[in-house]
Amino acid sequence: MIGVKEKQDIYVSTFAQLEKELTAGVWSWTSPLRKAAIERFAELGLPTSKLEEWKFTSVAPIAKLAFQPARQQANGLTIQELASTPLADVAFGTGCHRLVFANGHFCSELSSIDALPEGARVTSLAAAQRNDAALIETHLARYASYHDHAFVALNTAFMQDGAFVEIPKGLILDKPIYLIFVATRSEAPTVIYPRNLIVAGSGSQAQIIESYIGLSDSVYFTNAVTEIVAGENSVVEYYKLQHESEQAFHIGAVQVHQDRNSNFTSHTITLGGGLVRNDLNAVLNGDGIECSLNGLYVTSGRQHVDNHTVIDHCKPHGTSRELYKGILGGKSSAVFNGSIVVRKDAQKTDARQSNKNLLLSEGATINSKPQLEINADDVKCTHGTSIGHLDEDSVFYLRSRGVGPDEARTVLTYGFANDVLNRMKLDAVRVRLECALVARMPATHTQLEEP
Amino acid sequence: MLEVKNLHASVDKNEILRGIDLKVNAGEVHAIMGPNGSGKSTLAHVLAGRESYQVTEGEVIYEGRDLLAMPPELRAREGVFLAFQYPVEIPGVSNMYFLRAALNAIRKHRGLDELDAMDFLTLVREKMKSLDMDQTLMNRPVNDGFSGGEKKRNEIFQMAVLEPKLAILDETDSGLDIDALKTVADGINALRSPDRAIILVTHYQRLLNYVVPDYVHVLSEGRIVKSGGKELALELEEKGYVWLEESAQPVKSGASLR
Repeated sequence: MIGVKEKQDIYVSTFAQLEKELTAGVWSWTSPLRKAAIERFAELGLPTSKLEEWKFTSVAPIAKLAFQPARQQANGLTIQELASTPLADVAFGTGCHRLVFANGHFCSELSSIDALPEGARVTSLAAAQRNDAALIETHLARYASYHDHAFVALNTAFMQDGAFVEIPKGLILDKPIYLIFVATRSEAPTVIYPRNLIVAGSGSQAQIIESYIGLSDSVYFTNAVTEIVAGENSVVEYYKLQHESEQAFHIGAVQVHQDRNSNFTSHTITLGGGLVRNDLNAVLNGDGIECSLNGLYVTSGRQHVDNHTVIDHCKPHGTSRELYKGILGGKSSAVFNGSIVVRKDAQKTDARQSNKNLLLSEGATINSKPQLEINADDVKCTHGTSIGHLDEDSVFYLRSRGVGPDEARTVLTYGFANDVLNRMKLDAVRVRLECALVARMPATHTQLEEP
Repeated sequence: MLEVKNLHASVDKNEILRGIDLKVNAGEVHAIMGPNGSGKSTLAHVLAGRESYQVTEGEVIYEGRDLLAMPPELRAREGVFLAFQYPVEIPGVSNMYFLRAALNAIRKHRGLDELDAMDFLTLVREKMKSLDMDQTLMNRPVNDGFSGGEKKRNEIFQMAVLEPKLAILDETDSGLDIDALKTVADGINALRSPDRAIILVTHYQRLLNYVVPDYVHVLSEGRIVKSGGKELALELEEKGYVWLEESAQPVKSGASLR
């Protein structure tokens, strides 16, 4: 077993080995940034449960393994195989721009980008630096802070590639952008560092789906960071669909920066991964901003899923709506920590938060913690948490109509999840997720114990 | 069709049914009346297979088979339908999805093809029209936010779509205004046929003006204390239940007919 300290040293020494490679060519400008990030990581170390933010999520299993940056690219993955993989399949034949990254590396042969309107960019971050270096330098690593978050620091030091999306001022992008991060089979534990930058100009509109898919039961670690800038009066709908291998570790941070009158909606759907942490932080840095965070986590076996969100109301007349729902089976566990900050200036803020959990087994556990920090006096803030089991009266009602007990439980569980899925504007994605959800049901219900 | 013999049932060790005997033939409509707490609803739920009631004695034969040995969904697939006094709300599941799942489970059991969305919609539209139901109810979650009357109508609508052989209606008439009552009654009458039987559990005589029963039974303290024709309901309405409880002699359990 490797101690935590040694573990940090491994990342630091790996960085020393790879530094030249990481800062070669178009990435040369990142050299000081990466150095600062790895130094900060060495200071912070991997988080322990002594930190309030990591109280219920132990990353000890990550510290125990010596992950090496993933080298292999498509690894023989064919377009046919990808097109028939759950959740990746939606990106085929539904008219969207598709960017595929295998083990963190961009695969142009698996990607498909239609003709884009003037000024729009949908490309890999590495490729973008050739043409748009200035814009990338302006935004990259300006929002997701590596000073406070060890995993963001790690990603910033090692970032390989990811998507770069720029929607110019006033453009309504009619086709969604579908990002697929796929992990293929690997012999030794590997780590993948996706890094995405999405910049929506003022008055623009776009839909972006970021998906993480594991193709094997290999042990790997995805450490992802996405930065999203929603310019003035822009409308951004963002999806994060995660269906990694159940042996995989997924630690992801999404940092959203909103300008005045912008409207940002996210849907964070977690189905896979053995140990998962999603950090989603939105900074509402302007008047009249709307921010809606929706989430659904469906766990079974021994999965652990932690969703941490922060909505930071900085200016007046902001509206935020947050609904996270969890369906937990087996001996799985989940954490919801939703923080709403209302700063002194943010008068007339209207914030609502709700976290609802359905426990399908006796062995499942949930830690739900809403946190309100209100420094303005003319605001409306509400929050609520619920934890419950399937209602046996409802099960009987369905059975009395001829529906079998397992199907009845599936229908009711689906019904519980439905109001999160119904908030999605992309029907194709919603329908695909409904199927994925129903397909996961037996796994959660087999562990069902009668109260 | 249905034969209940010396049925005893308890909830949490409290005996509620204390020896019910009842025989219902195809084509008949039976009304079961009685004061609150007499065991009417318990009888209805025991017949539908609610697991929180324990049958401690007696048997129920449905179409020659042991009904009590069947799980609730099998009873439903074999043609037993219970219209709930308090229909359950199921947020997130549309009425359409719910009813199609139910109908297809029943059709599958009977060796029929499952209905696709289009055929189902056609069937549903026709039934809704006959029950004067707002078509938008189909897309709303099951009973969620429905008024009391809408819920009761929805039960009758489900019954109309599922076409049971034995329909048990548990106080479907309670709390309805006269228009809704007439609609519900029309729905029940439309289902009357020589090969179906209907058991109306009710507290009031009013529904029986519109759905005329062949037999009326009075339940008191878990036993049938009096049985008769439709006139019995009128007599009860006039004199109330107290008269019965005082005069009735719960001699042998049940007044089984025929």
